[in-house]
Amino acid sequence: MTSNASAAASSVSHFEASYAAAAVQRASEPAWLRGVRARAASAFSRLGFPTTRDEDWRFTNIVPIAEGRFVPAEGGEAAAAEDCDRYLLPGLQGPVIVLVDGRFAPALSRLDGMPAGVEAGTLLEGDRAHRLQRHLTAHAPFDQRSFTSLNTALFPDAAIVEIAPGTIVEEPIQLLFLSSGREGTASFPRALVLAGEASQVRLVESYGSVGDGRAFTNAVTELVAGPGAVVELYRLQRESARAYHIGLTQIQVGRSANVSSHNAALGGLIARHDAVVVLADEGAESALNGVYLADGQALVDNHTEVDHAMPHGTSHELYKGILGGRARAVFNGRIRVRPDAQKTDAKQTNKTLLLSNEAQINTKPQLEIFANDVKCTHGATVGQISSDALFYLRARGIGLAEARRMLVRAFAGEVIGRMKLEPVRDLLDRLIAERLPDGAEEESLA
Amino acid sequence: MLEIRKLHARAGGNEILKGVDLAVGTGEVHAIMGPNGSGKSTLAGVLAGRGDYEVTEGSVTYQGLDLLGLDPEERAREGLFLAFQYPVEIPGVNNAYFLKAALNALRKHRGEPELDTMDFMALVRDRMKVLDIDPSLLNRPVNEGFSGGEKKRNEIFQMAVLEPKLAILDETDSGLDIDALKIVAHGVNSLRRPDRSIIVVTHYQRLLNYIVPDFVHVLSDGRIVRSGGKELALELEERGYGWIEDGEPVGGRA
Ligand SMILES: Nc1ncnc2c1ncn2[C@@H]1O[C@H](COP(=O)(O)OP(=O)(O)O)[C@@H](O)[C@H]1O
Ligand SMILES: [Mg+2]
Repeated sequence: MTSNASAAASSVSHFEASYAAAAVQRASEPAWLRGVRARAASAFSRLGFPTTRDEDWRFTNIVPIAEGRFVPAEGGEAAAAEDCDRYLLPGLQGPVIVLVDGRFAPALSRLDGMPAGVEAGTLLEGDRAHRLQRHLTAHAPFDQRSFTSLNTALFPDAAIVEIAPGTIVEEPIQLLFLSSGREGTASFPRALVLAGEASQVRLVESYGSVGDGRAFTNAVTELVAGPGAVVELYRLQRESARAYHIGLTQIQVGRSANVSSHNAALGGLIARHDAVVVLADEGAESALNGVYLADGQALVDNHTEVDHAMPHGTSHELYKGILGGRARAVFNGRIRVRPDAQKTDAKQTNKTLLLSNEAQINTKPQLEIFANDVKCTHGATVGQISSDALFYLRARGIGLAEARRMLVRAFAGEVIGRMKLEPVRDLLDRLIAERLPDGAEEESLA
Repeated sequence: MLEIRKLHARAGGNEILKGVDLAVGTGEVHAIMGPNGSGKSTLAGVLAGRGDYEVTEGSVTYQGLDLLGLDPEERAREGLFLAFQYPVEIPGVNNAYFLKAALNALRKHRGEPELDTMDFMALVRDRMKVLDIDPSLLNRPVNEGFSGGEKKRNEIFQMAVLEPKLAILDETDSGLDIDALKIVAHGVNSLRRPDRSIIVVTHYQRLLNYIVPDFVHVLSDGRIVRSGGKELALELEERGYGWIEDGEPVGGRA
């Protein structure tokens, strides 16, 4: 056994110990969930942490996570209302569920005045666990994905949103997952969203850090859109610059349902997000939009997977990245068109803007097409700020820094413009303008 | 206003400007003519501060300032304006937003209060009429999808809004049909003022029928080889550039 392998093995057993320690909590859970957790824990023991020898992790070395000896965070009084204000979208009146280190924070949440047809809360409240068996943990494949198995074995609670069939929810629902950011802690946020037949709902999932210690977040969200449901899911990952963030969004799209998944990756030293969309029935439609911003030594990895299982499915995808400093990014876009999925219309685009010479992107489309009557296109571009455009702006009196900021915002604007929720657009535009990567000011490309 | 002395500049390893001397007084309109590739755009670009060029010799004094020591935005803020031969398309940057940012950068530099959206729009509407510009142009991304004529008109429109002290128009006429040319020329003429100087760079004499210059210079192979009054343009039109290139160079100002 190499020393690396033994280190990895010891970090696996480290989390096995965490699993054993959580036995007390599991004792109160329904038998089906205990069974799932036991299977997830043994899957994790079997799978271990991924390494760069795994195709899906080739460019993303997670040794700092595997060997970080992270201890599951205890939660408690780690966050205050001001911490929530940093991350919640302004001006929204709808329900808010706040989990701190994966645990429900009722004092920070807003669950009164719930609109008719909306059930929102957490797993441990009431008896939800008993009736969620069909969906909770049923979609995110904990037997195949190492981090998903780890989350499934260890999540302490879960945010649950259920929309009754036919309900049109006016106000967006916010789920805020705060990491205490305490040094050396791990947290396991979990969410389940069930949008009933012909319902309509918009959800904003925000991930933020209270402190800026070296902390590890391992998040899983499952979203099930019933037939004819229309769902917009915004995921805004804004954890601290020292955070490690691994997340999976697993989306099942029913017959003629329409799901837009918008993913902003703005924080973390290593941030990996997998967006998996299964177009499970005929005429299902999905949009995947992503914007990622990294600087310094950060690594941001977006893996997307659209599984066209049935005919007449549509998936349109645009991911755009802005990289400065010595940041690295990975984009991998898999589109699978199964033999039954005739008349599929799939489109994928990844564009990256490099603001420094040391920044890097590995981008790869992965098309697996097993049907013949389909339309599938993909494209990737990697570029720098156009020196012609920069000169044009400066020649009109606009300063170098502002000119660069304008061009970067314009670049991101193409994808942000596809996000319908205005407070999200405003926030992302502002965050990008404020946090232009290292070197953007001093390094002249003119 | 502007004094260029023995200006030498290189691009991509080649010497393009080989000793340009030119003086432009306040309120004067100068035309710079010359065959394609003679260095007209290089000269305009060096004056505006384009980074592709390396000045190896010479000096440029603009309103008492060492022009070559300024960043492009500083030159613009000091009142220098280049109408681009090839205006740049900037997807995602709204034309009105861009122009307001530019105008306010200039105003700030001059110690004037920045304009709010209402005042800005009032100013812009007024200037748009003169150039017969479709107001929808304002809400489109800068130059993106504009026709050639729209791009050129947009340049002059920007000039009308930014009110420079020295405007350099690089082949603003090329590609325009006669109607568009007249509109652009009318726009430029409406901006002629005793305290504003204009350098009109053109390949053809035609534009100078509408924008009548005080002086005409011929640039050939990186040097001003002849200078004269507006009749020089007509002579060039008749006899072609070959006549100049074969002839004896005459430096400096008319
Ligand atoms: N950025 C550049 N790099 C290399 N060569 C250039 C560059 N810009 C212009 N040149 C060359 O300089 C010469 C003059 O070009 P230009 O100034 O555009 O001429 P004009 O505007 O008079 O047609 C041409 O031979 C052109 O190819
Ligand atoms: Mg030219």
